[in-house]
Amino acid sequence: MSAPAVEVQHLRKVYGSGHTEVVAIRDASLTIARGEIVGMLGPSGSGKSTILTAMALINPPTSGQVMIGGAAVLDGPKALVDLRAFRRQHLGFVFQKANLIPFLTALENVQIALEVNDTAPKAARARAMELLDYLGVGERAGNLPVALSGGEQQRVAVARALANNPSLILADEPTAALDSQRGRQVMELFAKVAHERNAGVLVVTHDHRTLDVFDRIVDVEDGMIHERPPSQPVQSS
Amino acid sequence: MNLAVRDIRHNSGRFVFTTLGIGLLLMIVMGMGGIYRGLIYEATLLVDRVGADLWVVQGGTRGPFAEVSRISASLEDRVRAVPGVANARRFVSHTIQRVHQGRPLRMVVQGLSWPEDRGGWIPLVAGRALRQAHYEMIADLSLHLPLGEKVRLGKDVYEVVGHTRGMVGTSGDGLTFFTVSDALAIQSDVPGEAVRLERAARRARLEDIEIGRLQPLLLDRAAGPSGSIPALSKPQVSAVLVTLQPGADAAAVRATLSNWPDISVFSTQEQKDLLLSGMVDKAKRQLGLFRVLLIIISTIIIALIIYTLTLDKIRDIALLKLIGARNGVIGGLILQQSLLMGAFGYALAWVIGQFTFPHFPRLVVVERSDLMSLGFIVLVISTLASLLGIWKALRVEPNTVLSA
Repeated sequence: MSAPAVEVQHLRKVYGSGHTEVVAIRDASLTIARGEIVGMLGPSGSGKSTILTAMALINPPTSGQVMIGGAAVLDGPKALVDLRAFRRQHLGFVFQKANLIPFLTALENVQIALEVNDTAPKAARARAMELLDYLGVGERAGNLPVALSGGEQQRVAVARALANNPSLILADEPTAALDSQRGRQVMELFAKVAHERNAGVLVVTHDHRTLDVFDRIVDVEDGMIHERPPSQPVQSS
Repeated sequence: MNLAVRDIRHNSGRFVFTTLGIGLLLMIVMGMGGIYRGLIYEATLLVDRVGADLWVVQGGTRGPFAEVSRISASLEDRVRAVPGVANARRFVSHTIQRVHQGRPLRMVVQGLSWPEDRGGWIPLVAGRALRQAHYEMIADLSLHLPLGEKVRLGKDVYEVVGHTRGMVGTSGDGLTFFTVSDALAIQSDVPGEAVRLERAARRARLEDIEIGRLQPLLLDRAAGPSGSIPALSKPQVSAVLVTLQPGADAAAVRATLSNWPDISVFSTQEQKDLLLSGMVDKAKRQLGLFRVLLIIISTIIIALIIYTLTLDKIRDIALLKLIGARNGVIGGLILQQSLLMGAFGYALAWVIGQFTFPHFPRLVVVERSDLMSLGFIVLVISTLASLLGIWKALRVEPNTVLSA
């Protein structure tokens, strides 16, 4: 049995100190298996993004452990590996905005993720093209982001996230800027990626119309994660 | 993948206009260096071309390029008698400004020691050397005097018979070549009324003393032309140029001449050094200071533009960090942009300079060594200018990309 895509245990994140102390995460634990897509829901300020950024290794917790692909990565604020190198080798990111680099074409936006991970330019180009084709935007490869629709941009962002075959993909409200049809297409895409490419996918979302694509849903409230029972019908929280 | 080039392509308008500005600044830096080189070239041109081994000048002075030097024209004959001397020529040099065809005409008048020196050493681009002892001149093209042009200088009219190109004096005025006697006539020309007044004054002074009252013929002689009065010296020249015999011991000749108390002797190199340590040295410092200021300004402009380009890319840089790009990739992006800006600016400066420098009123000489030095300076300032942007980029947190 392979190691989980990600496992966080007893995460706690505190901003400030004394009278200004704010507890963003109280005690959060979560495991996402490879090939599993998990939806994370919760009201604004509940701590979803803080958990996501802790798992993304860009906002270390005050305490708790983060393990990715079976490797201990963070022990509280202490990095146990080179975080930047670990990110480029094992993590993929998709955001509310596609965050494509505006001076690079769609193809180059994917290619750059491969090149920073030491893939030779020619191979990186071929792999980037393959991913764009896989996500149905191959014919827009030569376009700058400004010439792409919101849905196309988000597909390119997904292709970039997939570029280095990450064990974990983290998505922060990836459909917020899309209409319902495009939003659903993107969510289905994540599910396809999780199942076909054996990656763990965590999606923070407010979009309740697409919750059926998740294998599992967790709710975040007051800095704690609550597993939603599989039998519980999908509904607005 | 070269991120720098792609970003520049994306921001091509800003890059082009900034590079154009940098290019113009660097062209001025390049031009100022060229003007300094031109000053040296122009200042030493005559000393180099005239082909003298030694310069004999008025005792206690540093020669005609440093101050007024007056020596007797007959010194030429005394110098010729020194063993080891092959040839001695009178040298006259002074600057005049007259009006010709309604426009000011400023020129450096050089006297050639006719008939030994007819200007055969002068590099003519048109016309010929002097063929007669009077009323002919060779003029530099910068004076805009066509061949055959008649120019009135003093009481006489001189015809332009030859042209030089780029032969100017230390002040940038075109050189003209006459025979020494014509050069002296131009130098000592005074209005007729002044001549008459001087003659009357001589007569009056003589009448005040006894010999004048007792010898009426003396009064008549004194009131005549100055050239017919034995007591008055002939017009003086600025220097005597000495050419040594092949294989002659220059030090021995110089030692002999140095024993004469009425003159000073300088080698050609010493005359050049005197020129360069005087006026040219001050110009060098002046231009040098301007160049330093312009280079500092260029550095600041490049730094600010690179910094603002970096600020525009903060989210992109944060994203690059988030996906794991090394600092080298991010720093390289900024450094390469800065270097490209400097390189294109430098190339632009060179190209614009090729077209504009020839139209400058003073000679601009851009030497290969100066180009290489400036290229190195541009490399350094471009690198320095990128530091601010790199510093900013390296401080960006990857989670900046998550902020709205």
